[in-house]
Amino acid sequence: METWAGITTNETMFLWQEYWWLIVAVLGGLFVLMTFVQGGQSLFHTAKTDIEEKAMINSLGRKWELTFTTLVMFGGALYAAFPLFYAVSFGGAYWVWMLILFGFVLQAVSYEYINNPNNFIGKGAYKAFLYFNGVTSVILVGAAVGTFFTGSNFSFDPATKILAWGTATDGMDLRGLEAALDFGHGAWFNLAFGVLLFAIARLLGALWLVNDIDNNEFPELVARIRATAKKCFVVFLAALVVVLYGLVMMKGYSYDIHTGVVSMVEHKYLANLMAYGFIPLIVFLIGAVLFLLGIFQSIFGTSTGGIKLSGLGAVLIGIVVFAIAGFNGTPYYPSYADLQSSLTIQNSSGSLNTLEVMGGVSVAVPFVLGYIAYVWYQMKKDGPITKEELADPDSHAY
Amino acid sequence: MHGVDLTMLEWARAQFAMTAIFHFFFVPFTLGMSFMVAFFETIYVKTGKQEWKNITQFWQVLFGINFAIGLSTGIIHEFEFGTNWSTYSWVVGDLFGAPLAVEGVVAFFMEATFAAIAFFGWKRVSKGVHLMSSWLLAAGSNLSALWILIANGFMQHPSSAFYTFNIDNARLEMTNFLSLILQPVAQVKFLHVVTASYTMAGVFILGVSSLYLLRGKHVEFAKKSATVAAAAGLVASIAVAVIGDDHAYEVANTQPTKIASMEGLYVGEKGAPIVAVGIPKSHTIEEIKNMKDNEDSFTMPIAIPHLLSILGKRSFDGFVPGIKDLVYGNEKYGIWSFEKLRAEGARAIKDMNDYHIAKKAGDKAAMDAAEKDFHAIVANVDGVKIERAELMGYGYFSAEDAKHIFPPVAPVFYSFHLMVGLGFWFILLFVLAYASVLKGTFVNNTFVQKAALYSIPLPWIATSLGWMSAEIGRQPWTVFGILPTAHSVTPINLTNVQATFFMFMAAFVILGIAELKMLFTVVKSGPKGAH
Ligand code: HDD
Ligand code: HEM
Ligand code: HEM
Repeated sequence: METWAGITTNETMFLWQEYWWLIVAVLGGLFVLMTFVQGGQSLFHTAKTDIEEKAMINSLGRKWELTFTTLVMFGGALYAAFPLFYAVSFGGAYWVWMLILFGFVLQAVSYEYINNPNNFIGKGAYKAFLYFNGVTSVILVGAAVGTFFTGSNFSFDPATKILAWGTATDGMDLRGLEAALDFGHGAWFNLAFGVLLFAIARLLGALWLVNDIDNNEFPELVARIRATAKKCFVVFLAALVVVLYGLVMMKGYSYDIHTGVVSMVEHKYLANLMAYGFIPLIVFLIGAVLFLLGIFQSIFGTSTGGIKLSGLGAVLIGIVVFAIAGFNGTPYYPSYADLQSSLTIQNSSGSLNTLEVMGGVSVAVPFVLGYIAYVWYQMKKDGPITKEELADPDSHAY
Repeated sequence: MHGVDLTMLEWARAQFAMTAIFHFFFVPFTLGMSFMVAFFETIYVKTGKQEWKNITQFWQVLFGINFAIGLSTGIIHEFEFGTNWSTYSWVVGDLFGAPLAVEGVVAFFMEATFAAIAFFGWKRVSKGVHLMSSWLLAAGSNLSALWILIANGFMQHPSSAFYTFNIDNARLEMTNFLSLILQPVAQVKFLHVVTASYTMAGVFILGVSSLYLLRGKHVEFAKKSATVAAAAGLVASIAVAVIGDDHAYEVANTQPTKIASMEGLYVGEKGAPIVAVGIPKSHTIEEIKNMKDNEDSFTMPIAIPHLLSILGKRSFDGFVPGIKDLVYGNEKYGIWSFEKLRAEGARAIKDMNDYHIAKKAGDKAAMDAAEKDFHAIVANVDGVKIERAELMGYGYFSAEDAKHIFPPVAPVFYSFHLMVGLGFWFILLFVLAYASVLKGTFVNNTFVQKAALYSIPLPWIATSLGWMSAEIGRQPWTVFGILPTAHSVTPINLTNVQATFFMFMAAFVILGIAELKMLFTVVKSGPKGAH
């Protein structure tokens, strides 16, 4: 069988490609955690009074920029390290990305504008924007990640650089939206993945709000958030079962790291979980346990600290999901239209020089995480958000 | 060019231009105001006086309203590089992605993180931590300008000092990150952009303060703000012009078609003049071919002799090539014609195709031969060797494209000249304002106050014009001389691009109106009622 792409012959290069996929996975995991902002946005209806709503808006509004920037960074890292993915996926699955984008554009202004008198289209509109972002964007991101496992409908010729989307004769061509509609090519899995991400985001959002809003001053709000989160937990379990069933049972895409030839393999993702001395599986299980513990602590229980355990758990789960999508001879952006067009960390990466230089830059990441933690601590050290703070003009509440 | 739908291309360009101009309404304001706010806060922390805190917080509220929309329009760009310009992303992503990613790591996170303290931390952190955060926010935003302009500088002047064309992957690859960062084009661009942004902040603060003085409201507040703004603005506006001159010098030496269009120079001249005011005539390509001199280039020109040679070549009698020389060549000065460039470019494309055919066939010798021809040195300009591969972009054009190989003259000429004109106006404005501040007469000088008030929109116009001359002037290339715009776009149906164009336009119009309404409300209610 013929493969088109230059496959790595250089071991150093391969290590850098793996390093960069790991960075992408870590950023992906952090992004899953940071979707608590979006999840929180989908809970606005639990506020029954103005002051309750204000508390929620201010709690989430101080964090949205970090989520946003994590998304930007995730995109930037993919662009620099795997430019071919950026070209193929963004240019091909056009509408998925445009709709995700649109949701984030609307979100970015909403917090600043929502409680501003004279905001032109009224508070309700901005609230609708936040819901749209909290629900639609998250589900679409999840579905897009689902296609890392189910594949997309494209072919690509490296010499002419022609990207052709929608070339599968038995598939739909909706510039990406087929991922959610073409059930013959795994839409059920993608959708379940989207719903799962949404449920995770919402549970994390609930945990964050329970933690960040003064429980004594807002007892009813906190109780309502918990009640909604309990229902969401059921959705979470259902989506999880579908996704896990899919991951374990699905035929997976696989390629030979020496020749680049892509083929379909039974139980590929199950095998990936158990590869590398079961590390992915172990990390996944630790992540899952932490995630659940946090929920039992603060959604079913009355403590407020659950976000810490669940947050860490979500990061670990996110990392494993990306890891099994791209490591161990797995094309992370497979094509069901033309197997050999599938993107792997080897055939889609930047040059060795760029990967190395960017590797040097990645040394700054722990430093960045450090000052984020510092700022987070500074802003939190005086305790949760209180009514007094919201009413004080000097604290510049939204 | 593999059947690109030209109408779709126009729409994709329009979409990018619209997003860029909208993004750049907010960006320079962020760059300038973040520093001004940090500066005011420093005075507050030093003096401990409540009135300086009020001043700081008032300008910060205005800054904050603007900040969010700057972020939201920025992410559209990032996505658009993939969605609308996917071929571009693939061909230059290896170089272009790096500064973008660095921007995220070192600038955006800094901005986003410390913004949280700067905006919401007044009560939650100590004065010192707060002040530090304000400065770090300003530093972060200005760093992000640096990195994006490094990326843009590469598009304006890709230099073989930092890239090579990899025939196997059919793309540009980075060879030297340091020289990518240190490219002079990007450095002047950065300095010009940030000083323009400080000018903008200066005009804005001076103008709003003048409004209060004209109305006799918030007099003390306005006086203090205006004093700082007049001083900062004076320095900034002079710097804009000085660095702008350097900028023009870089353009003259890296993008000859752009400078010729900026100055409406059809036929190259020694000791070329600058037409300060005039109406450039448009000419068909045949007319240009037959032009002997520039007698017929302008209606009613007012020209300053030799100035273009002095600015562009740093020499009284330096030769500045005109559009005719650049299209049809000029042997005397060693300028290649478009036809000659096109022939080399076509040969490079053929080499690349031959290479890939040979690769499929497993013919190593043919591969090597093609690669060797691809990288052969075809010219040596002042010691800089030029490979055939570097001319590949010309090969995508056809002979009829001679009329498209340089940018449209009128928009580039007008936008450039208007920007420069506005630049001199800002200097004059700040000289007047600062002089009256020094004399202590600013509070009563309604003439200067009115001038400042009505000048508020002008910096936005100047920056947009500047970008129009830079980006339209780069046409028909996305990466100058390397990658044609028509070859950068995503092959996709027109309706998709149109739909997203209108989607974004609607969002921009609505959010833009909302933003302005909120700004006006805050300005109207004045410093005390502002928070
Ligand atoms: C307040 C805004 C402002 C003002 C008063 C000026 N500029 Fe400017 N100029 C810009 C704001 C700007 C800009 C928006 O920031 C641009 C667009 C692209 C860039 O890098 O900076 C620019 C571009 C730009 C370019 C084109 C660069 C390119 O094509 O890559 C040149 C040659 C100059 N400027 C030169 C000048 C000169 C000689 C000025 C004399 C006073 C001047 N500018 C005033
Ligand atoms: C924010 C300030 C900017 C403004 C106002 C601006 C303006 C424009 C305009 C008017 C065009 C259309 C040109 C034409 O089609 O004739 C354009 C195109 C484009 N610009 Fe910019 N630009 C800005 C910054 C940048 C930067 C920083 C980059 C890259 C890092 C960039 C990349 C592009 C690309 C890829 C296109 C589309 C292709 C093309 O038409 O050349 N722009 N921009
Ligand atoms: C056309 C190419 C451009 C792209 C892809 C781009 C990308 C972005 C993105 C993604 C953001 C949001 C960052 C965040 O999450 O914090 C942003 C904001 C910003 N960008 Fe751009 N940008 C472009 C042009 C420019 C230019 C030309 C400048 C300056 C000269 C600039 C300076 C900034 C600044 C200072 C911000 C901070 C936010 C604000 O303005 O409120 N950008 N940009």
